[in-house]
Amino acid sequence: MTFPVIKGAGYALVHTPDMIIHNGTTQTTERIINPESEYLKKINNHLRSYEEVVKYIPNQVYIGNMKPSDLEGYEMPWFDKVGKTDERFGKFGEIMPQDEFTGLMKMSDVFDLVLLEKDYNDAVKAKLMVHPLFKEEAASMKDGVEIEEIEKAVADHAEGLYNNGTLIGCVKRAHDVDSNLTAHILFENLVVKASGVLAFNNLIEKNNINVEDIDYVIECSEEACGDMNQRGGGNFAKAIAESCNAVNATGSDTRGFCAAPIHALVQASALVQAGVYKNVVIAAGGASAKLGMNGKDHVKKEMPILEDVLGGFAILISENDGVNPQIRTDLVGRHTVGTGSSPQAVITALITDPLDKAGLKITDIDKYSVEMQNPDITKPAGAGNVPESNYKMIGALGVKRKDIERKELLNFVKKHGMNGWAPTQGHIPSGVPYLGFAMEDLTAGDFNKAMIVGKGSLFLGRMTNLFDGVSVILERNSGKTEEENTVSKEVVKNMIAEAMRGFASQMLGEE
Amino acid sequence: MDLENQKRVKDFADKYGAENLVVIVGASEGEAAGLAAETVTAGDPTFAGPLTGVQLGLKAYHVVEPEFKAAVNEEVYEEQIGMMEMVLDTDDIISEMVSIRNEFCKF
Repeated sequence: MTFPVIKGAGYALVHTPDMIIHNGTTQTTERIINPESEYLKKINNHLRSYEEVVKYIPNQVYIGNMKPSDLEGYEMPWFDKVGKTDERFGKFGEIMPQDEFTGLMKMSDVFDLVLLEKDYNDAVKAKLMVHPLFKEEAASMKDGVEIEEIEKAVADHAEGLYNNGTLIGCVKRAHDVDSNLTAHILFENLVVKASGVLAFNNLIEKNNINVEDIDYVIECSEEACGDMNQRGGGNFAKAIAESCNAVNATGSDTRGFCAAPIHALVQASALVQAGVYKNVVIAAGGASAKLGMNGKDHVKKEMPILEDVLGGFAILISENDGVNPQIRTDLVGRHTVGTGSSPQAVITALITDPLDKAGLKITDIDKYSVEMQNPDITKPAGAGNVPESNYKMIGALGVKRKDIERKELLNFVKKHGMNGWAPTQGHIPSGVPYLGFAMEDLTAGDFNKAMIVGKGSLFLGRMTNLFDGVSVILERNSGKTEEENTVSKEVVKNMIAEAMRGFASQMLGEE
Repeated sequence: MDLENQKRVKDFADKYGAENLVVIVGASEGEAAGLAAETVTAGDPTFAGPLTGVQLGLKAYHVVEPEFKAAVNEEVYEEQIGMMEMVLDTDDIISEMVSIRNEFCKF
């Protein structure tokens, strides 16, 4: 079999402090249930600056300036430590400030729903005109409007856009009555589109890809765009492809809660391997609703609110090039309807079933990339260290299967696991953050196999109580293409002709 | 404990009687387990849900506790919980649960 490969990765973060307050559901819910709460009064004192967010070590890892293994050198908590890099732009992407992002939201809006105040608009336009990825597009950005027009719109159903605590713009609703075209929904959808565009553009730029070679895009965030007659019709993928000038691409949206990126990865791989498409991008932007989700715990513990960034990623899957890590489409793990919900059943279905199929032990995978949530965020909120818990479960199953001994469990976690670094943006940390690093680890580096695992909590949508998950193994490219491995037709014809000549002369000899 | 589950527990206690209920908890850490146990015994300590100020004093046990383990089929336990026993800090969880029960359990 000729497997498809991971050909490129792009990652982006957007600092959005004002969106925490106005769009993060922990905060919006608090304003409804308990408007006088102490928490709401304290939030402003716990917001980080853009500079702090750029320097934050897990964010530097996310965009590729540092590696996941570098995190081992820093004691937790990480938010008060200084890392060795602090650049806004990284090997895989960038960390964008909020003001530029509001400009990107406006550029991503093709229905004149986003209004920006005119002076603010000019300032943002100027900044974007020196951004390596957006300078041309920004030049044709329309002028802003008077602040009165924005205030009037916000008073009348528009969602405000804020910067440094000041109202600077808004997202209008697209329909007077349609409950699926409210300003709230359009805001969230423009956020996920714009951050997806940012990641996609970074993928193209950082990997020297010709965007016209992309023939298909699969968007795998957790938002839904549509109207009252088709609430989740889509198609974010096509919209993002359009914004990024992928003129030869179409696309579709794949939904699977947090597991969606890995479902998308498997689907993209299958399309390429089957020869349907040559270059498929899987991409997703971030969720403004999830900002500050654990904010109450962070504030209570006198920490800054660490969920202050939107995440985005874009990965290119292409035909085998003899170099890049190949995607073993024959070694896919999946949590099925019949799997059951116990941790043991889940880990068996996702991890050990594909390993068994390949005759591999749990220790034959150099690194597992699971739910890579940043523990700096989750531990103070009582949600533990998610990657570590996953690795302990994998190790524990290894102990039960006798692949490793009980006393080697913690060592297994260290050797085959990684510290988490991705923001808690649902689908964003799910397996995919490691793919950029896997490209290096499985080529120039020393690893041979990695397993990428995605999991999803479907019960949140109230359609099923089931859990979900899917996994796939990546391996170092063997370097051989299919042609070298097969015998040509010519050779086969000659062999048959030889055999028949031999048979004929035998028959003649016998007469 | 999330608000919906608090409501369910309260409704069951009203319907079947608090003395006839046992709450089984599966949190992955001592702190979270203790919080759930406290909610169904002394009332919601975060003052957010229907069990705020409601002291049901229910019997609450975590699945890794010996009392639960002894009450269920050994093979089923091994299949469903055996792996997690190796992963969780069971001593921490058990000590949290015991301490909450000693202080607040009425039955």
